[in-house]
Amino acid sequence: MSDDAQRTDRLDGNAVAGALGAAYGIDVTLAVVRCVSCGHTDVVARTRVHLSPMGAVVRCAACDAVLVVVVERPDGTLVSSPGASWVRG
Amino acid sequence: MGVVTRGFGGRRPDPDRELPPGQFLTQDFPVLSAGPTPNVDEAHWQLEIHAETGEVHRWSWEQFLALPAQDVTTDIHCVTHWTKLGTTWRGVSLDTLFEDVETSADFVMAHSYGGYTTNLPLQDLLDGQAWVAFEFEGEPLDPVHGGPARLLVPHLYFWKSAKWLHGLVMQDDDEPGFWERNGYHLYGDPWLEQRYS
Ligand SMILES: [Zn+2]
Ligand SMILES: [Zn+2]
Repeated sequence: MSDDAQRTDRLDGNAVAGALGAAYGIDVTLAVVRCVSCGHTDVVARTRVHLSPMGAVVRCAACDAVLVVVVERPDGTLVSSPGASWVRG
Repeated sequence: MGVVTRGFGGRRPDPDRELPPGQFLTQDFPVLSAGPTPNVDEAHWQLEIHAETGEVHRWSWEQFLALPAQDVTTDIHCVTHWTKLGTTWRGVSLDTLFEDVETSADFVMAHSYGGYTTNLPLQDLLDGQAWVAFEFEGEPLDPVHGGPARLLVPHLYFWKSAKWLHGLVMQDDDEPGFWERNGYHLYGDPWLEQRYS
């Protein structure tokens, strides 16, 4: 059995640099995101990213709430950010 | 005699058997999850069914293991294109869990430890179609695969089989769960290739 979830748990926001760059035109090493649930504000590069074959889930480094979800569909990349009050590019 | 879905108990899966469209066979069991693996202590584990009336049915780990269980052999189909034939599980049928639940709601939101959710119609969970599984291939279910217990709904894409199951909440409308809010199909029938919304 493959246990690759353990390996991907420790990724940071740089793991979604390509997708967020293409969808939002932002540079994750500079862009800042604010968490709706705890108010923590940080650069996207310092968030926690869980990469799964279904999509990338970007979580708040302070409270673990889901900030952004990136799903690669055949018709394009879908980015939703229900847990981010804002993303500043 | 255990429950055998898609009919071939005990024999090796037929590699030439027809697969759902767009699927390929794997011997492996890739790990799919939307977050880190939660550590769920069986001493604190509970399974809950919340009816829309506010009534809650609860089982501790001991109470859950005391329920009649079934052996299930089934194919599983992941939306990321892999299919695994003839997997074996042991679990409690949702028919058993819903025996004393009075509800007139048609839909269910499955909630997991760790915060994952997925939505299903109630009729897809009853009549021998779904289990809360606690063993895989004769071993206690590994936490990376959803242990202590996960939902098993093998006729839908495998993201509907919520890992680390904690509760089933009845809902009148088919509100979307985690992946369903993020571009995946509300229902997810692999034979109709319902991958995306
Ligand atoms: Zn937060
Ligand atoms: Zn609870």
